Parts: sequence; structure tokens; C-alpha cells
Amino acid sequence: MTFKLIGKDFIPHDVVAKVTGSAKYAEDFRAEGMVFCRLLTSPMPHARVKHIDATEALKMEGVLGMITADDIPAGPPGFAPSLTREPMYVGEPILAVAAISEQAAEDCIEKIKIDYEPLPFTHDPLESLFPGGKDARGDGFNIGTLAGLPPGKIKWTAADFARVKQGEQLPMGKPAEEWAFGDVDAEFKKCKVVYEEPFVTASLAHHSMEPRSAMAYWQNGKCFVHASLQSQAFALPPLAQMLGLKPEEVVLIAEYCGGGFGSKGTAYPCMVIPAYLSKKIGKPVMMRISRAEEFYLGSARNAFQGNIKVGFDAAGKLLAADVYVVQDSGAHVSFWDYRAVGDALALVYQPNAMRWRGLPVFTNAPTRTAQRGPGQNQLACVMEPLVDRAARELKLDRVEIRKRNNPVNGSGGSPGPDGKRTVVPSAYLRDALDKGRAKFNWDERMKRSGRKNGPRVTGIGVGQAFHPSGFAGFDGLLCLKPDGKLHIHTGIGNLGTFSHSGTSRIAAEVLKIDWEDCVIERGDSRRNLPWNIGQFGSNTSYTMTRTNYVAAQDMLAKLREIAAQDLGGKPEDYDVDGKNVFAKSNPSKSLSYGDAAKRAIALGGKFDGHDLPKDINPMTQASATALAGSGLIGVAKDNLPWTGQPSAFAACFIEIELDTETGMHRIVDLVSVADCGTVIHPKGLETQIKGGAVQGIGMASLERLVFDPQNGLPANVGLHQQKPPSYLDLPAEMHTDAVDKPDPSNPVGAKGIGEPLMGASASALLCAISDAMGGHVFNRTPVLPDMIVNQLAGRPQPRKPLSINTQ
Amino acid sequence: MSQPTADQFTGYSRREFIKRVIASGAAVSAAAYMYGGLTGCSRKGRAAGGVERLVSLNINGQVRRVDVLPNESLAMTLRYKLGLTGTKLGCDRGECGACTVVIDDIAYNSCSTLTHTVRARKVLTIEGLAGPNGELHPVQKAFVEELAPQCGFCTPGQVMSACALLKHNPRPTRDEARVAMSGNLCRCGAYDNYLNGVLRAAAAGGAA
Repeated sequence: MTFKLIGKDFIPHDVVAKVTGSAKYAEDFRAEGMVFCRLLTSPMPHARVKHIDATEALKMEGVLGMITADDIPAGPPGFAPSLTREPMYVGEPILAVAAISEQAAEDCIEKIKIDYEPLPFTHDPLESLFPGGKDARGDGFNIGTLAGLPPGKIKWTAADFARVKQGEQLPMGKPAEEWAFGDVDAEFKKCKVVYEEPFVTASLAHHSMEPRSAMAYWQNGKCFVHASLQSQAFALPPLAQMLGLKPEEVVLIAEYCGGGFGSKGTAYPCMVIPAYLSKKIGKPVMMRISRAEEFYLGSARNAFQGNIKVGFDAAGKLLAADVYVVQDSGAHVSFWDYRAVGDALALVYQPNAMRWRGLPVFTNAPTRTAQRGPGQNQLACVMEPLVDRAARELKLDRVEIRKRNNPVNGSGGSPGPDGKRTVVPSAYLRDALDKGRAKFNWDERMKRSGRKNGPRVTGIGVGQAFHPSGFAGFDGLLCLKPDGKLHIHTGIGNLGTFSHSGTSRIAAEVLKIDWEDCVIERGDSRRNLPWNIGQFGSNTSYTMTRTNYVAAQDMLAKLREIAAQDLGGKPEDYDVDGKNVFAKSNPSKSLSYGDAAKRAIALGGKFDGHDLPKDINPMTQASATALAGSGLIGVAKDNLPWTGQPSAFAACFIEIELDTETGMHRIVDLVSVADCGTVIHPKGLETQIKGGAVQGIGMASLERLVFDPQNGLPANVGLHQQKPPSYLDLPAEMHTDAVDKPDPSNPVGAKGIGEPLMGASASALLCAISDAMGGHVFNRTPVLPDMIVNQLAGRPQPRKPLSINTQ
Repeated sequence: MSQPTADQFTGYSRREFIKRVIASGAAVSAAAYMYGGLTGCSRKGRAAGGVERLVSLNINGQVRRVDVLPNESLAMTLRYKLGLTGTKLGCDRGECGACTVVIDDIAYNSCSTLTHTVRARKVLTIEGLAGPNGELHPVQKAFVEELAPQCGFCTPGQVMSACALLKHNPRPTRDEARVAMSGNLCRCGAYDNYLNGVLRAAAAGGAA
């Protein structure tokens, strides 16, 4: 297929606002009479608030009111509340005070007397699983996850623990969930090499640059919320629910979002605090979130303690895998990273037989949520160095051994509830490896592997990762106005990928209209937005090209019908050229787009949005109804065929110099390649590839949460102590490429991009460090300089293999 | 290669900043913003916040008269009293660089600069870069061409750091640019594109 817009660069409408500072994020809004609020947060990892005495404090000058957990309805059991009487992590909000200034609110909070009863806490899932061991929550639940596994309780037996060496082997008692396919034992028996290792992957903060500040007020019966959200339409119903309102009673403005990486995917509990306060005091309330508060409320990746057993035949084929993941889920119900480990292993490495077991355990760590490649990227960090170990032992090329195991189009992933394995419409990971291999000059560089230059040793690494990347069933909504402009209504968010525009271009492509004649409507629920998925899970490129495609097809059909009605003949006699709908046999017989829009308004009914399809979502119904009569409406639900789980893949190649005296490394070169289907927006893709690679470097070698096990306090709050990569942690230049082969299940061949790029670079860096150390595998992320120096000096590591949340 | 630092030009370090805040009667808290909010919202005469004083500031070439608390940071004055919200607060403690502004041609973290210390100095914010008809500064133009921003929250700070760099070193090498920009964190990881932008702006005469 040849495209006019798809695959071409363009200047997204919001990039100029970003470089000029005119882009408005949540904290940039002001409202008449706006006041401020501050939070009182828990100083303890787990406590019960027995009594709050705020009588005197609330009489202080400038103080306007307070809300506590009593003022906000609680959510479902296990889910994080907005305010709580049983804080389960340091930094959990207990109450909020509104005042004419932040200073006044702070002064008031200083005067509030709280009687806390300290409760038992834990930062180690294995402690909670031990019979009689301390639990993170006071409600009797110690396990649970966001979807499918309601909060419950699991304790392992003393015998489970007695079977293993404490801290060095995972006890592997009863899991919460498990699946298997093939004959695992029989396949292990056939293997030439088998490795069984305990592993730990640390938690790391999302560290969104924009703290999740929010401003809210009530006007004419509606609640206006300015918030920092990755998503727009998708976040509205849960936000309304948290406010006890109907979606149409909430105005959500989230036009810009200063980074989320999974942590702002949908409405989150603290964002309703200013709305409730505003309702109580009758003034607009701004809640500015500090960097420290963002550390607590802004989420972190789920950490793992696990055990992995993998076996390869002499040719390097993975025959069997057996993985057990214990997830450190933080204090409240969190994402299912532990499940994604099994999904990713089954798909990316295609073992003949496999067993997966998982158990998500609550601890007294701050909120955790999905973070870029939740689970898949941890698995990449665990698995890829083991693949290298096999390659080394079996004397195989490290790229070739990966290709031998990679999936192809139609390959199966993990088994679903019915036992059947999901299939992927397309998988071009082998092509990504080949492209990267050539661009990186792998064969030439491998000659330098292990080369010494004073204390510095060269290490070469390759890594790969995957993420499922797309959904179906959401709606598209377009309106062609009498002035000939096409308004593309998109309910997706603005995470910084520019895909709100990139995926809208498919509508312009179908209608052949100039991009300059298109207007993107987004970022504010008053702009009549359709029901769309959230901007998470690397799904936007796939899901939103489908919705815009079906809406554009609906509009195209209506243009032809109008032309046929007005000019005679049948709809199929007509075609469009981007300005006019014309008779194929006689192009002079035509109607301009603007005139067609006027005719649509005159005709009414389905043409101008007065009659709508029955299967679209109520949100889309309401938006299309509001637009009715203003132009030619294209609206449809994405009922295109679903032929399997669309899946994005990535490969990354890294050369480092490892300083054996300091344990520090320098990245000499980096090449990342995405298997993302058809490239929609080359420049945007390039930035996503590089950004993913940068975050992977942080995950592999810099970032981790540390908690003091004695007092339960976080040891590294903020950007300095848990530093994300900076300009100086990266190679001087980064290189990118894409396979650019279409996914057959998407009208333009698009599929996801963002998440696997992080796992690919993280695992490539771990493999490069391992390579520079002669093949040593740490089975832990991040790999820190002290670990490297200890290993090279033959000293024991200060932490046990399963120690978690440690320095 | 060494870029001029704030300390070199003013003899005014972060430690000095904290000392001055303490001297002005305010508590220093890492976890909390301790400022009065909007004009007229501070409680005059109270020890904690001190008393607002009317000062004249030179912001983006204009003289602006504004009531300022002794412990007020320039970022808060810009954002909450002068309506210049392009300057972002990412950490409010000099870790991230999102609040970078240029004062007398030097890049500063405006979250860690007391407003009353910039009287009689020229403050340039992101809003003051584009020309009168909206034509973008060469750095802004280059950042658009390189699609350098992703989420965009760190972008104003990145732009201002790049402007200060090019003022002093109109043709930096990639390594020089990387060091000069290294105080500006970007969680999206758009560093490579920002660097491409800085070099593109330099080639286009970005010191303007």
C-alpha cells in the first residue's frame, strides 16, 4: 500500500507549545479565587490513626477546611484509597488541608495532633509468606492483583522454607496462579545444558518529571478537574466514579502530561482530593505535589524475587522453562507484572514445554503500578543473560541462539483461561536482530569482546524484549465541517509520543484530505471525544489507527451516498480526491467536501449525527449527539477482525567499556531496533526507541528502591538519590532502526512501539557487562559498581541472592 | 573545556542560598513548599513567611513590579505572581533543571534562586525567547525540527540551558553540549534529540 501521510514526518501541533512554554500542564491553570491544599502524610510504614485533633489548628488564620478519609468514599477492598485511617506506607496521605496559601496550610498541618498506633510492617514478601510472618495490611489480605486475582491470603508452610537455604533459594510453596503446557520434566531430560537460578529484580520509581499536581473546582453543577494523566477518555469514567458523579458531570482537562510511563494511565486516588476539598469549602483548590510526594504517590515498578530453570539442547533451542515469580506489590492492589513474565517467556523464547507460577504479595512499599514493559522487561533482564550463558557453553553465536528460539507470525504465547495459547499476528524479532546485527557491525565488534585497555575491558551485548500492543472495540469520531475542515476527535491522551496526531493521520489518509485541513480535537472532555482506550501498554498506534480507520470509512461511504443522491447514480460510482467527491466516469461531476458537509446537515439523520450506530459507547453517543447538525459525521465502533494478540518486539545492541577498578561502565555505542509494524511517524518512532533505551539503561545499572528493614523507611527518595540516567550516562550518539513490516491485523499494518525498547536495552547492557566479566551472570537488577568490584575481587556480595529492597 | 557556573559569576552557592533563606526567617523543608500563594494571599507580618516587599524585576526585557516575600523563589514569583507558567517545577530543589532560567546570560535553577537577589539583573524565561511576531528562537526551532521534546515538561529548562550554553560557546562540540546540558534531566530519555537540536541551533547561529 502506498501512503500519502503514513510513514512521513510532520510537525505535531503540540510540539511548538512545548518549546515555547505555552503548553499548559495541570499546575499551570488558575481559577478565580483559587486556594491551595497540602497533605498530611504518614510518617510510618504501617499504622492506625486512632485520633485526629484538628480543632485548634483549623481555627488558624487563612485555613479554610480539612478533609479526611471520612469525607471520601472508600474504593473496593485492597485498592489504594485517596485518604486513609490505616496508612500502609510512609508518605500515604491521611488528610488534606485547604488554606489561602501553602504556608498557611503547612502551618495548620504542623498544629494538627494525630495519635498513631504503629502496626507491624514488612518490606520482604518472603517474610509475609512465612507462617506467622508479618503482613503489610491489617485487613487480613496479603496477596492480590489488579485484575483477576482478588485480595486473599496465602502462607507457605514451615516445611516449604525448611527445604531451602534461607535467602539463597526460593522456597516455592503454593502459588496464587499457575499454568503449564507440554511435558516439562521430559523436555528438561532432553536438554544439553540446564540452569536453575534464584533472581531479584528491583523496584524503581516512575519518576515522572511532572509531579501529579491537580486543580479542581465546581461550576454550574459540574466538577472541573485539571489533572496529569496519560489518558483522556478512558480516565473519565473511573474519575467520575471516585467523585460519586456521572461521567457527564465531570469536565476533565488533561491536554498535556509531563510523563507517566504507566503511572498516570487512568484516574488515580489522590487526584480527587482537591475536588472533594473544593466541594467542601466552595473555592477552586490547587494541590501541588512535591517531588517527595511524587515519589510516594507516583508509583514504582513491581519488584520480583524468583526462581528460573531453563534447559537448552545442543543447538541452542530452549526446550523447557520453569519460572516462579514472587512479586513485591507494594501496599495496595497493583499490576500483574508477575503474569507478564510467563507470557513473555512463552512467546519470545518458544519453549517446547513450560510451567509458570506466580504470587503477588503486599509489602509496605509505596504505590506500585505498571511501568513501561511491566513484567516483560524484568523477564528480559533475567532471561537474556542466561541465553548468553547457554551460547557461551554451547559455543554458539549469541544472535543466532536468539533467532533459533524467536517466534514467527502465528506463533503461540501463554495459554489463556481455556488452555489454548494466544497467537501473534506478526513477529519479526528475527528481522530486528538481523537489522541490528548489521547496523551494529556485530561480527566485527565481537572480535573486541574481552579486549583489555589498562583497567578497562570491552563488553558486547545483545538483548531483546516484547510487549503485547493493541486492543479492539473502541470508537472513532470525525466531523467534516461546511468550511471543508476535517475535525478528528480523539480521546487518547498526550503522553509525549505525538501518537494522538500520528494515529489521526489514518483518517486523513482514507479521505485523502490535506493534513493542513485537519483539526485534532483532544485533551478536554468538552471537545466531544469518543470512547477510546488509555494511552498505555504500547497500544495507541494499533488501537487508534483502527478506530480512526473505521470512522473514516464510515465518512467515505456517506460522502459517496450524498454525491449519488445529489448528482445521480450509485454510491460506488463515486470516489474522493481529498477536496471533492466526484463521479469516476466524469470527474467534473463533483461535490466539494464543504458542500457535502452542508448537504449532510440538510439531510440530517445518519449524515449529520442525528441517527447514530447502536453499538457505539455511551460516551461516543453523547459526543456525536453534541456534534449533530454541525457537519458530516463519521462515527463507528472498531469491529474489524481480531486475529490474535498484536505484539511489539525490540532488539538492542550495546558495546561498553567496563572499568574493572571502579566497576563503572561507559556505553561506547548503542543500536536499538523496533519491530513495530508499519512505521507511521519516523521521527516520533526514533524518539520512542531512544527514550526506551535510556530508561533501560537506568533499570539495568542505576535505579532501585532501598528500604530500611528495621524502621521501614525509604532510603532514597527523589531524583538525586535514585537518579535516572542523565546526559552523561549515555553514549555520545544513539542509533535506531525499525523492521517496518506491516502487521496483517491492522488496516495500516501498525502495532505497538514503546515498551520492549526499554527491556531490550536493559538486557543488552546486562549482557554486555556479563560479557566484559567473562560471562558472569548476577541474576539481579540493577547491576551496580560495587557488585562488579566484589565479583572481580573474589569477595562475597553484601546481599544474599534473594535479598530485596536492599542497598 | 569548562562552562561558566553560577558560582563563578556570582559567588553565590546553593549553601549560601540556604543560609540566606534561614536568615530570612523561613524554615527550609525538603518535603514541602513553604511559600505564600498568590499576590495578597501571604499573611503579612508573620514571622514564618516574612513581609512582602514591592520590588522591580527585569523579566524578558520588561520591568515588572511585584510584591515578593524574603524567602520567595524566582520560580514561584514567575509562576504565581507574573503568570509565566512556562518555567516548570519538577523537584523544587535543584535536582532536575526543569525550572532553568537565564539570568545575565547564565543558566540558573529558578527554584533555588531567591527572587530578591535578581533585582537589577536581567532575567530571561522561556516566554521571552520567541520574537515579537512569534518567530521561534533558533534553539526552539531546532528542537521542533529534531522533535526533541516528548512529554515536554523538561523542555523549557532544556531550551534555556541550551540558550545559555550557546551564548558562551556558540559552536560547542557534542561533548561540550552534553556536559553543559547535564543539569537538565529528561525522564522520557530524549537527550539524544535535544543534543542534536543544540548542535543544529549552533550551526544556524543559535547564539542570537
